[in-house]
Amino acid sequence: MSSIFDKFAPLQEQHASLTALGRSPADIEFQEIISPTEATLNGKRTILMGTNNYLGLTFDDEAVEAAIESLRTEGTGTTGSRIANGSYDGHKELEKELAEFYGMRSAILFSTGYQANLGAIAALAGRDDYLLIDADSHASIYDACRLSDAQVIRFRHNDPQNLARKLERLEGTSGSKLIVVESIYSMLGDMAPLKEFIEIKKKYGAYLLIDEAHSLGVMGEKGRGLCEQTGLEDDVDFITGTFSKSIGTVGGFLVSNLPGLDIVRFVSRPYMFTASPPPSVVASARKTLSKIAGATDLRKKLWDNAGQLYNGLKAAGFELGPTLSPIVAIRLSDSEKAIALWNGLLDAGIYTNLALPPATPFGWYLLRSSISAAHTPEQIALAVDVCSTIGRELGLIAVSNRKNAEEMQVNGAKTLNGASEKRPFSTSEPESAVPTRAGAPVARA
Amino acid sequence: MNGAEAVMLEIQTHLRARAGESAIIGPDTNITRDLGLDSLAIMDFIFDLEDSFDISIPMERIAEVQTLADLAKAIEVLQKEAA
Repeated sequence: MSSIFDKFAPLQEQHASLTALGRSPADIEFQEIISPTEATLNGKRTILMGTNNYLGLTFDDEAVEAAIESLRTEGTGTTGSRIANGSYDGHKELEKELAEFYGMRSAILFSTGYQANLGAIAALAGRDDYLLIDADSHASIYDACRLSDAQVIRFRHNDPQNLARKLERLEGTSGSKLIVVESIYSMLGDMAPLKEFIEIKKKYGAYLLIDEAHSLGVMGEKGRGLCEQTGLEDDVDFITGTFSKSIGTVGGFLVSNLPGLDIVRFVSRPYMFTASPPPSVVASARKTLSKIAGATDLRKKLWDNAGQLYNGLKAAGFELGPTLSPIVAIRLSDSEKAIALWNGLLDAGIYTNLALPPATPFGWYLLRSSISAAHTPEQIALAVDVCSTIGRELGLIAVSNRKNAEEMQVNGAKTLNGASEKRPFSTSEPESAVPTRAGAPVARA
Repeated sequence: MNGAEAVMLEIQTHLRARAGESAIIGPDTNITRDLGLDSLAIMDFIFDLEDSFDISIPMERIAEVQTLADLAKAIEVLQKEAA
């Protein structure tokens, strides 16, 4: 007899073959969370290098205390949506603080970052409108397109000319055009060429939404992200973001300086039909958000750490993403070696993310790590060292790169502390690709 | 050669470049099933066609396409809409 699960047989096989080669990424279980950068995994003390905990604030004393206090005074959950069951003070306060942080007129809180993209994009682009999305978009953006009644047109990844051509073809149509891009792309850590996108948006009278999920707290003098760092905040219509990375909890938001944003609350299904964020989550998010603007030292540490890992792995001979960012991804073309490297690192007590096609650009196998301000230079040096040793054993990098990498380890922290380390915020990465519903929906982590 | 034939010929040219000269390519060829192309390659193939025909192919139109004949038809409709 056939089963409703039969259609998943190829997926089951992939999961089983990963397990046979060691472990499946979906089965990773941490028992004890020791700190923002360490946990025990099957009893073994492990360095966490794939948790998006960019500023290492998940154990911030004040944020923890604020959450505990809120639990005692407001309870464990709101048990309903804001539209049907009302808002708590904390929801309203956090929205006010988000708007102030970005210097924008309004903010709307969502229960997760995924729902922020889903709820914002699907509500803003309706029937007769057009969504123009980057081909490498996160799954939440692709899913928003499915929820929206708008026509969805994709442009080649980080390719302003391809976007321009597509907007040109829409000239004379009456609907609104909403362009959606991400600040830092989650798989390779490459960044949107925002200046070029804004020139095109202005030329064709389109709106621009940027997802700053991976750049909040990470880029810009005050931690507001890529828009701040590039001085282009006034030209962006909508920003979405998440609390699940540098803010260290869960939740998402939409901010905008356009008058009338609040109407989104009445049309956005992912806002209306889900429970509002629990008060304790709101309390810790507020506490952490209040520290972001002043977290200059943490940001500097984060970028120094990112540079140590990126340059260390590069010197060892690994192929990496095109741009230095806190997301450092090793690009591999051989699936078994990618899986062996990932398992080898885990055996040595280092946790990274294994990302497989079709969720990756160009069909690459990616060993993805996200660096934290809380990592120590010793932890990063160990990761580079272990990675290089296993990489040589697997024939992924040449033995001759050994000396090069060791020199980098010695000099790394020193040279990278200097202001000379440039942080590029645009990249001319060639076009990339993501699956379509003609194949499978996209799933970017 | 009429318009429909020209569209099919152009599609086949782009597809051979991606799936190989030996790929059996006809109107009934199922794009996702028969060609050994992963979804990434299919997306790039769609981008090629957009450039070649100077049209944008919205995602919801791609979702309805199964065979090359479906694709050719969708492109013809989009060309007419753009004209």
